[in-house]
Amino acid sequence: MVTRGRVWKYGNDVNTDVIFPGKYTYTITDRREMARHALEDLDPNFASNVRPGDVIVAGRNWGCGSSREQAAICLKEAGVGAVVAESFARIFYRNALNNGLPAIICPEAVAALEFGDAVEIDLEAGTIRRGDDVWHFPPLPETALQLIQAGGLIPYLKRKLGR
Amino acid sequence: MGKTFAEKALARAAGISEVSAGQVIDARPDVVLSHDNSAAIIQMFYELGVKRVEYPERLAIILDHAVPAPTTRHAQNHAEIRQFVAEQGITHFFDVGRGICHQVLSEEALILPGQLVLGADSHTTHSGWMGAFGAGVGRSEVAALWATGELWLRVPESMRVILDGELPRGVTAKDFALRVIGDLGADGGIYMSVEFSGSGIAAMSVASRMVLPNMMAEMGVKNAYVTPDDRVFDWLAPRLARRTGRPVEECRAEIEAGALYPDPDARYAAEYHYDAAGLEPYIACPHTVDNVVPLSEVAGTRVQQAFLGTCTNGRLEDIAAAAEVVKGRRVARGTRFLVIPASSQVLQAALERGYIQTLAEAGAMIGVPGCGPCMGNHMGIPAPGEVTISTANRNFRGRMGTREAEIYLANPAVVAASAIKGAITDPREL
Ligand code: SF4
Repeated sequence: MVTRGRVWKYGNDVNTDVIFPGKYTYTITDRREMARHALEDLDPNFASNVRPGDVIVAGRNWGCGSSREQAAICLKEAGVGAVVAESFARIFYRNALNNGLPAIICPEAVAALEFGDAVEIDLEAGTIRRGDDVWHFPPLPETALQLIQAGGLIPYLKRKLGR
Repeated sequence: MGKTFAEKALARAAGISEVSAGQVIDARPDVVLSHDNSAAIIQMFYELGVKRVEYPERLAIILDHAVPAPTTRHAQNHAEIRQFVAEQGITHFFDVGRGICHQVLSEEALILPGQLVLGADSHTTHSGWMGAFGAGVGRSEVAALWATGELWLRVPESMRVILDGELPRGVTAKDFALRVIGDLGADGGIYMSVEFSGSGIAAMSVASRMVLPNMMAEMGVKNAYVTPDDRVFDWLAPRLARRTGRPVEECRAEIEAGALYPDPDARYAAEYHYDAAGLEPYIACPHTVDNVVPLSEVAGTRVQQAFLGTCTNGRLEDIAAAAEVVKGRRVARGTRFLVIPASSQVLQAALERGYIQTLAEAGAMIGVPGCGPCMGNHMGIPAPGEVTISTANRNFRGRMGTREAEIYLANPAVVAASAIKGAITDPREL
């Protein structure tokens, strides 16, 4: 699985309240509509300019705070190909994989990548490329790859339960 | 090698004799918690193609986040949940007005020491106050839990925080929690299990203990644990007896037998010691919970709203502390003081003791038990440019509904004193 796009770069401790504001959590249920509010309180330019395959690159503890799954869903629906961070808040990490959004830990790439860089990420090989630069991350575990391939936990489990 | 609390609790939840940090297990939680977000989970559950919840008696659904419903959309959300609850025979359902999910779980003794609760709420860590293992998960995962009763978990590494001595007057569990988060940072406990112990913890009331694992969510932890003791068993036993109709003594014995304690030679990734006597009132400044300073540094900052409530500090002792501060005084002109009890039981107790009377006389507004404006749904949304001082656990930008508003976090007495002065104030100086 390979994803290609441009880098959107952010800092440390970005919380789910700014990724998807709490005031929408019970009023917006449509996934496309969620995408229109992605990162609303962090970067108002993001939702209207993000393109399919684009990659979010961030510092430590991406997705801390509320457990709201829409924080992962809105990014996935906005077309984000992967989030690369120094570390993830644990619930966001689970939510990302459970919605088919690759979450990659690679501090070296985070240190080097800049806003707007064109990157290519190979999930099976565990590589991030920018031109001739290559960074390696531990390839995702088999179950995580299966979740991403299936498009998330619900479709994955549906198949597993044989419904 | 001895075992930590997390290793013991997750071994039990997985039904195996021994697990170690780093291992991935299939856990079967005793309780699966959800709230207003249950409507979204119901959709996901049906997408799975499953008709019936596997263990309806293990579900706890509490409507608390936007109660009573502020809009038709919210009301519809609640209605869908009520219908599902009836169809699936879910007995542990608590409708609007009963209180905040974490508080109700404790008051109803639905979760007990040594047990596992997984919830679609990041503050599910809360139940660690009694020595239970509580962790937040996502909505899809709760749908999966409803369908199958189990979920994979990685056994976390553990760290210890030890508080010795007696807290000075005016310094509370909230201040201690803020200090720890300020010292270690918003990712200071990322992916860890945090165990609290020491004489300073043992001296705390049940209500104060609840603050610690609740706040630890703001340090990135998976779960947090407070060593359970007689005070915990005595608090839970009559509640379990009331719910089950069994004798209190029998309930108490069962609760105590279920408690888990880490081994003395368990392995910890880190250990932090605090001397209670060296602590003071702290404030978390906008816009992150780890932006913590001593109160004295921000005293005098004007506030337009003071909010006392939430699962962190909306209990009887919190309301009592506020009532003591405001007794015989008036809320400052230009400042609004909002008090929302964490549950209907807290509200009743506060009424009986006259605290509500005192607060109302001072000019406070009293809200319906629930989350109130904590996450920006309704009932106390600040205007752009306004400053709120709150007893909640989060002060992120936009958290209370307005991106351009500022939120300071503090203990209940400080919030009450700030309402009286219209500015951040140390109640000991009133
Ligand atoms: S009071 Fe606030 S932190 Fe607690 S459960 Fe409600 S919204 Fe979450």
